[in-house]
Amino acid sequence: MPDFLGWLSYGSFFLVFASSFAIIVLGLNLQWGFTGLFNVGVAGFVALGAYTSALVTTPHMAGRLGGLGWPVAAGWLAAMGITGLAGLVVGAVALRLRHDYLAITTFGIAVTIQLVANNATALTGGPFGVQFIPKPFQSWLGTGLPWTLAYLALSLTLLAIVYLALERLVRSPWGRVLRAIREDEAAAASLGKRPFFFRLQSFVIGSMLMGLGGAVYAHFVGFIAPEDFLPILTFQLWAMLIVGGSGNNRGAVLGAFVVWTFWAAAGGLLRGWVPQAEQARAAALQVVLIGVLIAFMLVLRPRGLLGEEVAVSRHG
Amino acid sequence: MLQIIADGLIIGSVISLGAIGLSLTLSIMRFSNFSHGELLGWGSYIALSASAAFTAANASLATPLGPFSFGWGLLAALLLACVLTAGLALLLDFILFRRLRKQGFITLVIASFGAALALRNLLLFWYGGVPRYYSDNLQISLPILPRAVWGGLRVTADQLFVLALTLVTVTGLHLFLRYSTLGRSMRATSLNPGLARVSGIDPERVLRATWIIGGLLAAVAGVFAGITVQIRPTMGVEMLLPLFAAVILGGVGSVWGAVLGGLIVGLAESASVSIVGAEYRAAAAFMVLILILMVRPTGLFGEKH
Repeated sequence: MPDFLGWLSYGSFFLVFASSFAIIVLGLNLQWGFTGLFNVGVAGFVALGAYTSALVTTPHMAGRLGGLGWPVAAGWLAAMGITGLAGLVVGAVALRLRHDYLAITTFGIAVTIQLVANNATALTGGPFGVQFIPKPFQSWLGTGLPWTLAYLALSLTLLAIVYLALERLVRSPWGRVLRAIREDEAAAASLGKRPFFFRLQSFVIGSMLMGLGGAVYAHFVGFIAPEDFLPILTFQLWAMLIVGGSGNNRGAVLGAFVVWTFWAAAGGLLRGWVPQAEQARAAALQVVLIGVLIAFMLVLRPRGLLGEEVAVSRHG
Repeated sequence: MLQIIADGLIIGSVISLGAIGLSLTLSIMRFSNFSHGELLGWGSYIALSASAAFTAANASLATPLGPFSFGWGLLAALLLACVLTAGLALLLDFILFRRLRKQGFITLVIASFGAALALRNLLLFWYGGVPRYYSDNLQISLPILPRAVWGGLRVTADQLFVLALTLVTVTGLHLFLRYSTLGRSMRATSLNPGLARVSGIDPERVLRATWIIGGLLAAVAGVFAGITVQIRPTMGVEMLLPLFAAVILGGVGSVWGAVLGGLIVGLAESASVSIVGAEYRAAAAFMVLILILMVRPTGLFGEKH
């Protein structure tokens, strides 16, 4: 039995991570898959959500800002609010311009958030990060397997809610306008739709989901540090979307689970084969592997595993 | 005060060289190449390996030249790094970008992001994460002005070398783009690809030339960054934001714009180091970027878009 419990525990850890990634990838899919907005700073938005929720929910500590001791649910709402605000600022600056200026600006904000996380020690704890992030229901369930399973249920429920809400959203007239703008901006504009505002709304909602995903991750692990949100995270999330098939919410969720499995398996294999002293180099190789995977996918199967769904609006 | 300006110009000349290549790719290939920074990193590491190999073959090549910290070995390595980095840029285009060109520019941007990650981690894999230097020789900085005059000014011979060679390279490039046939074809393609094609300009030739020039300049910038700061696997990604800020500030496609943009970003970085501290240096480039996007998104010398 202990073996089975071990597997159950590992499996539920794995699934909690995968579902928090899936929430983020759904946000990315709204931005890129449905609106064609290229966000290169996903890790920055995820970090912003994780740090926001962590800072407002942790108990007060001398010598550190934040520590408001809010309930976890309030922390998650705050995470969505702050990342939404960041999305609004970035979008307002970059969305009126050439498409790749958004990429450059989001890249810039991710770099800046990483800098602040690393250096504003009074707020973010610097390289040591934020510790003792409260875990919901812990007072009832303890820290063992029951808690992990409960958190898994919670994050899967959140994922389901986000998925269903997005499915409704992209099938609504609003979603139809997004796709119309993505395909032919001039045509959509000639019908009286203002591309900038629709893009901005999509970008902000997508950013909020990234923040939520980050907060779900933070409260599961209980500890965050700047190195959890390096550009490699952005890349993993993009790989998930591209492998799963952008423009398809089921694809986004599937991609999150498939790529996370691939990543964990590649990491496990490399750790098994490579001697202890060479682990850091092996980790670099793991990144190269996933870089090659995404390049292959782009060249060989650019539509991803599922490909874009032909969405039919429910509302006439 | 003077010291901040001098430091800014030296950082700025490295940024300028990288930004010119990025600007040319952006205006001729029409996509933001996120792997351009990695060409700088690869250039500096190729030069590191090459100069070690040359020195091993003939120890006298490491003897410092006059006031500089490096010998003939590094200069030869610089040339080799230029050739190989240009080759790397062409290779990337051949195995990746060329195949994706039809799928639109955003696919190219994603691919370049992936290529950047793979290239950077290959450097990390081969060379490890510890910073390296071309030479262990310590350089005494030369006092140009005493402290009494505007806080004084000290520069090293290496820094003057970097400034001078940047000026030579940029002038050379300017003459090439203005007067040579290939240079003119490049400018024509950048302004109007359709019209360039019907006037008989081979777009593939122009693309190749763009990659080669971008790779060459990236290698020079990478080696200069190695001489004046240090060599590390993350230098490419750290340079990327300043490079983009410089390109957009100067106006996409403009060589002198990229140079001026690079110098301004360099000055902003060096000023931020003395105002808020070195750890927020990269944020200075971001501030410049946001400001120019809000005020004048076409950049100082931008004509199109």
